[in-house]
Amino acid sequence: MTVSSLSPSDSNSCLRAPRPLRASERRRVETLRSAPLRRSRTARIMRGSARSHGTQERDKCVCMTNCPTLIVTVGLPARGKTYISKKLTRYLNWIGVPTKEFNVGQYRRDCVKIYKSFEFFRPDNEEGLKIRKQCASAALNDVQQYLGEEGGQVAVFDATNTTRERRETIVRFAEQNGYKVFFVESVCEDPDVIAENIVQVKLGSPDYTDCNTDEAIEDFMKRIKCYENSYQTLDEDLDRELSFIKIIDVGRRYLVNRVLDHIQSRIVYYLMNIHITPRSIYLCRHGESDLNVKGRIGGDSGLSLRGKEFARYLAKFIQDQNIKDLKVWTSQMKRTIQTAEALSVPYEQWKALNEIDAGVCEEMMYEEIQENYPLEFALRDQDKYRYRYPKGESYEDLVQRLEPVIMELERQENVLVICHQAVMRCLLAYFLDKSADELPYLKCPLHTVLKLTPVAYGCKVESISLNVDAVNTHRDKPENVNIHRSSEDALQTVPPHL
Amino acid sequence: VKFSGRTGSTGDIPQFTNSPTLIVMVGLPARGKTYISKKLTRYLNWIGVPTKVFNLGQYRREAVQAYKTFEFFLPDNEEAMKIRKACAITALKDIHHYFTQEQGQVAVFDATNTTRDRRADILCFAKESGYKVFFVESICDDPDIIEANIMEVKLSSPDYQDCDKEEALVDFLKRIECYKMSYVPLDDEMDRNLSYIKIFNVGFRYLVNRVQDHIQSRIVYYLMNIHVTPRSIYLCRHGESELNLLGRIGGDSGLSPRGNKFACTLAGFIQSQCIRNLKVWTSHMKRTIQTAEALGVAYEQWKALNEIDAGVCEELTYEEIQEHYPEEFALRDQDKYRYRYPKGESYEDLVHRLEPVIMELERQENVLVVCHQAVMRCLLAYFLDKSAEELPYLKCPLHTVLKLTPVAYGCKVESVFLNVEAVNTHRDRPVNVDVSRDPQDALLTVPEHI
Repeated sequence: MTVSSLSPSDSNSCLRAPRPLRASERRRVETLRSAPLRRSRTARIMRGSARSHGTQERDKCVCMTNCPTLIVTVGLPARGKTYISKKLTRYLNWIGVPTKEFNVGQYRRDCVKIYKSFEFFRPDNEEGLKIRKQCASAALNDVQQYLGEEGGQVAVFDATNTTRERRETIVRFAEQNGYKVFFVESVCEDPDVIAENIVQVKLGSPDYTDCNTDEAIEDFMKRIKCYENSYQTLDEDLDRELSFIKIIDVGRRYLVNRVLDHIQSRIVYYLMNIHITPRSIYLCRHGESDLNVKGRIGGDSGLSLRGKEFARYLAKFIQDQNIKDLKVWTSQMKRTIQTAEALSVPYEQWKALNEIDAGVCEEMMYEEIQENYPLEFALRDQDKYRYRYPKGESYEDLVQRLEPVIMELERQENVLVICHQAVMRCLLAYFLDKSADELPYLKCPLHTVLKLTPVAYGCKVESISLNVDAVNTHRDKPENVNIHRSSEDALQTVPPHL
Repeated sequence: VKFSGRTGSTGDIPQFTNSPTLIVMVGLPARGKTYISKKLTRYLNWIGVPTKVFNLGQYRREAVQAYKTFEFFLPDNEEAMKIRKACAITALKDIHHYFTQEQGQVAVFDATNTTRDRRADILCFAKESGYKVFFVESICDDPDIIEANIMEVKLSSPDYQDCDKEEALVDFLKRIECYKMSYVPLDDEMDRNLSYIKIFNVGFRYLVNRVQDHIQSRIVYYLMNIHVTPRSIYLCRHGESELNLLGRIGGDSGLSPRGNKFACTLAGFIQSQCIRNLKVWTSHMKRTIQTAEALGVAYEQWKALNEIDAGVCEELTYEEIQEHYPEEFALRDQDKYRYRYPKGESYEDLVHRLEPVIMELERQENVLVVCHQAVMRCLLAYFLDKSAEELPYLKCPLHTVLKLTPVAYGCKVESVFLNVEAVNTHRDRPVNVDVSRDPQDALLTVPEHI
């Protein structure tokens, strides 16, 4: 058996003949055959995708928290609490921490069908106070259900929580249930920021569907006033026993008190890196590569002729977009670097952006994988997110490796990321809040740029195909994922190639 | 020099710090400024950001050969003031040199910097040269902490070598008083345009203002994760594996009989140490898991702790590597830290992948990490401040536990060999690293195996 050394200078990537199984792999396959999907510890160890021994935590990282965490937002209306709640929830879910937000405003809207005016929020409106208190209780009940029966790890309780009294109630609730509490307060007195918030997310709220803009703004400002008098901000001294972060003026300044554990530390780090400066993130794959054309996965080949054409078109597209201070990132693989080279601008190479490592299946066609590793092929179709190629990686591993990229993307402004299919799926899933089940099947075709622009609580996506033909590399989940399926069934969804 | 698949920037630290960063410590004496300076510098160097500490006390000791008493620090001591200011200027000059001539990226100016004037001078200096400034202020009013600091690091300072402990303590407290009168902490209002972090009472609370860029964000994250609670970190490799016996690198084999024996002995050792709340971490590879299993306690598996991926050389003996990839073998010997196995990893990649492990180790207290040779070298290099040149040759023999205990400004290391024989897997750098060398020269330092 000869294995040649593949270096980037080789123009002909060697076609590796499938080699006989090594003893270790044979043992692994045998174990799998005898108990293919039983989540036994031994099988996991053999396959290398093991879990933390004796705990339920994900295999990628430390046991984040033994007890669930209750994140509690604090702040006047239009201070970005819901923006932060949703974004934080999206991030935590993406890194594998089951998180859910509970927006008390939603509960109030479900309870009081029609919003009339700010008078509902007047501090002397007893009827209103009663309803609002009930809604908060209902939300906390749901939190209890989520963190208890539903196996949630983090709950974000999104409400103003502006009085010490309300916060004490929540702390007691958490103590009774064994939750750790972490407060996230947003303090902002900049009238421009507040006005912008109102325009971006309040005017479109169900509360104001039948109002004109001016009326809505006026009413909302009065609503804020209702809270101002009783607002007790988190205090360095009075609240020194609590764990919290106070975000001042949209991140210009932070006060962080008593971070208790790993997850709170990660939350603080994330919150300190996000910003709301308008910008766009451009995601695309490298131009079509030689291996793409042959229907082979992975490897480190160069661009095909069409791929090179795409690179030139991409350069023009980027120029036409006139993007301010654009940063360009690539992986450390030839095909993304060659694509970036055509742009004639400086670019950063990230090893973390390298394509998913297909291990023993590197550079194989799906037909060859089916021929040589039919069992693995089926297992992958059964759980594409968690499945790890022997000696390779899983999508789950990819997400972990991409986390620093996401963190830096949050810090940056306009960025173009030239990456790979699996990598792009992971990044897209983060921005568009896609689940682990959807992620591995997101469509990221070659020669198509996705422009993502944060707007309101989410992300606007514009898909731009640069009009250069390329092979399709997207393989849908086939119907039959049984390990005993026929080759035909397995290969049904393989896209055509040379 | 051929490094597979890589051109341009190395590793994964995007080079966002185009302008160098000057970190300026602020705080009364015995507030942990030097502790923070040294630790931060060690961390930044380990992740690949060239960083150096400039300790003003050192400059002062060189200028004024013999320290007499705290009176040197009285605010009305004009002679001393002149000397101290001159020292500060010299230090800043050296920082300038470090940035411009020595490719430094971050400099940590470790001094009290307690007056607004002094800080204004520094800001001026930085602005002239286009350096970014980030202040790190340590505020502490807990007398117990301050006294503990003095005991740990001040009494053994060169300033007090001829004093007895009581005298030294009294003098030092008076020294602190000298600064207190003119101490102006960073102010919420007046300093609102500066970039800084204020650390209160050793990490109980932080105030972070205007973080400008990636490196400052990483620094803040690091500073918010370190603590000074006494604890120990135990590092060891898995028990001897079957592939170890055969002299083969990498792979995912199980333990040999001696490896199993080690695992049992390790269990006994750990028990005998009576460690409070010990956390045990392993990689995802069989040999570390099997080792941890013998301990009979819960353990966490980290993929990041997996051994370095030797790519095409996985499971080969050194003799086979020499036979099939003689050029790669030589290139690796030329630059073992940066060399990346074809389709594999480099030590530099390993460091990057281990960074979250280090961050979590900083957060934790007592931890036992059961890992692998290259991984252990990387972790050890972080704790013992070893350079990239030394790192790949650190000795991490099988069946030996290293107990690391933070003390003063560094780390005490106790090496405990658990008396179970094992093969030696350490290959020293051979004398001849030329690509055209003889196989004999290449294989000179290969340890024995079956």
